[in-house]
Amino acid sequence: MSAQHPLQFVPAAEFKQRSVDATSDAHLRQSFRGAMDFLMAKRAAQFPDDASLQRQRAIAEAIRQYSLARLPDLLEQLERNLTAKGVQVHWAENAEEANAIIVGIAQRHSAKLMVKGKSMVSEETELNHAMEAAGIAALESDMGEYIVQLDGEKPSHIIMPAIHKTKQQIARLFAEKVPGVSYTESVDELIGIGRAVLREKFMHADIGLSGVNFAVAETGTLCLVENEGNGRMCTTVPDVHVAITGIEKVVEKLEHVPPLYGLLTRSATGQAITTYFNMIGGPRKGGADGKGAELDGPKEVHLVLLDNGRTQAYADEQMRATLQCIRCGACMNHCPVYTRIGGHAYGTTYPGPIGEIISPHMMGLAATHALPTASSLCGACGEVCPVKIPIPDLLIRLRGEATHEARPGHAPLVGQGAARSALMDAVWAGWAALYTRPALYRAFGWLATRFRFLTPPTQSGWTVSRTPLKPAARTLREQLAERRRKTH
Amino acid sequence: MSANANVSARERILGRLRAAAPQSKPAAPDVHALYAAMRKDDSRAERIARFCAQMAFWRGEVVPVTADGWTDTLRELCAAKGVASLLHGPRGVHDSALAAAGIPGLKAYDRPVGEWKQELFEATDAGFTSTRGAIAETGTLIIWPDAAEPRLMSLVPPIHFALLDADCIHDTLFDAMTAEGWSADGGRSLPTNALLISGPSKTADIQQTLAYGAHGPKELVVLLLDKTRETAANAAEENRQ
Ligand code: SF4
Repeated sequence: MSAQHPLQFVPAAEFKQRSVDATSDAHLRQSFRGAMDFLMAKRAAQFPDDASLQRQRAIAEAIRQYSLARLPDLLEQLERNLTAKGVQVHWAENAEEANAIIVGIAQRHSAKLMVKGKSMVSEETELNHAMEAAGIAALESDMGEYIVQLDGEKPSHIIMPAIHKTKQQIARLFAEKVPGVSYTESVDELIGIGRAVLREKFMHADIGLSGVNFAVAETGTLCLVENEGNGRMCTTVPDVHVAITGIEKVVEKLEHVPPLYGLLTRSATGQAITTYFNMIGGPRKGGADGKGAELDGPKEVHLVLLDNGRTQAYADEQMRATLQCIRCGACMNHCPVYTRIGGHAYGTTYPGPIGEIISPHMMGLAATHALPTASSLCGACGEVCPVKIPIPDLLIRLRGEATHEARPGHAPLVGQGAARSALMDAVWAGWAALYTRPALYRAFGWLATRFRFLTPPTQSGWTVSRTPLKPAARTLREQLAERRRKTH
Repeated sequence: MSANANVSARERILGRLRAAAPQSKPAAPDVHALYAAMRKDDSRAERIARFCAQMAFWRGEVVPVTADGWTDTLRELCAAKGVASLLHGPRGVHDSALAAAGIPGLKAYDRPVGEWKQELFEATDAGFTSTRGAIAETGTLIIWPDAAEPRLMSLVPPIHFALLDADCIHDTLFDAMTAEGWSADGGRSLPTNALLISGPSKTADIQQTLAYGAHGPKELVVLLLDKTRETAANAAEENRQ
């Protein structure tokens, strides 16, 4: 892994080509269309009363903004309280540091197998590659994650990782890759196969990894949200549990959790609650006299706090809102672009609208400047976002940052101005010249209308799926003048 | 990674955040007001009914039981479900009642998990736990595992039986945590692992098709103990006689 390109994703610069490929894949489009319609309907059913939804969103936004305003203090409070409970807290500035910390913990325990609960942050750091490079197997245990890992793929959605796959594809995959399994399209049987394989692994794993949905500073509690029970397995069965999270996930009070949790599950999958809400407050208790000794749970618990570009977003008042995100995925479920191109086309850990606004901070604008342009600015993402992140505004802001110098008084972003090109500058300079000189503008209009027969029938990207642009026979000014003459 | 490098990662991250943290801090959000506005104010019976309906929605089975008869009900349920081994806590408050009920295959979780992991995973049909309470709004059990009732009892066996006192059903999660003071004294009363459980384990990761028993229990059976209803029923019985 080179220091400059720690992430092994396809470069985001190839984003456009991949979107073209994705939109012409009928199966993929059907998978996403169906899944997104399903998720949108399920979410809508959870919020029958708009006034109540808006009240909940306002509180959720307030909680996130309150927490972010106190972020450094809350992180220290969290660290203090977790440490007092026997949890070891680590800090990592980037993906390599986080991976090195986790590999180090695993090596101290001579670990051979790590089971993983769902953690997008560990996808962000490409932890699995680092573990494998150190000779330690890292097995995804969320059913969707297990399926995509088995097929050597990446998740295509942050909540439903295997959403791009049909059950037939999964049936073929299992028959091919899981020893002793024959082809079956029964979803119950397929889940049963995954269950059998993974329970065996939970039993033998040396170390379990998880993400964190909310970290509560005042009590030193790590909260995990899940339906399957694999998160509980990973955080309870192995002797060592490592949790990894972005530094933004902390809230001050336990009472701040219910409104966020309630909106998270309803926005994500249209569920009022998940099967499990797992609140972790430390390793298994020894019990001084042996009497109060707990009989299970990890003997060691670690928390890795990851920056990876988050402090860059934090430094800007407007872009700080990006860190309000609770990773519900509603913005992608409602995004007309995501629905058509799917999650893989983005080439980043976080796809869809949230990916478009967070990835530039994690990977730099040079690699990601195409992403904020993948929006029609219809506003659906901002409307459904449970914590009211003004996503369209942030998209416009990032488009600007990608093509301009940093604003006065602002530190440049990583990759600031990366999308700027001499051609684009020249086009805009020409446009400005034309539109600020009336004589020139009139001459241009006259020429464009009189010589419209010269318009090329194919106009690069535009005519791939649209009819060619052709100037009208007369300019608007001429047409208006004509009309005025007739009415007088 | 040397300790030093790690200390400086911490200092650098906190330094960047401190340099950028806004001067004016927003006021604390009024979570209490939100829940006060949403409060249902229904009767005890309505709250219990709401819990039962929600739990059923998650495919949890709710079985009404009596204070004297719940172990008999449990024995019958075990027989009906073909449970050959039922796990209970090593020093649970219900130990003697369970032992007296004559449930075949009753066994205690009496050793650290490392000493019998294989048996727990492969030869334990059901687990029995108590509960701390429940949440009506979402059909959720509140379970606080401890030394007497370890964490894995409600996760590894394919069937989970949970005894719930109907007097301990709260309206919402927020009500439960504030009424019981979960965060009082910096959350010192919270166990190392506190759980909310709503139904059996499930997944919709294959083509949005719901399947139960993903990794945890395939069945969740709530034994609902409602003393008030019992008293009322007994009174009615006596009146008739
Ligand atoms: S940006 Fe908003 S809608 Fe999108 S994942 Fe984050 S919280 Fe959900």
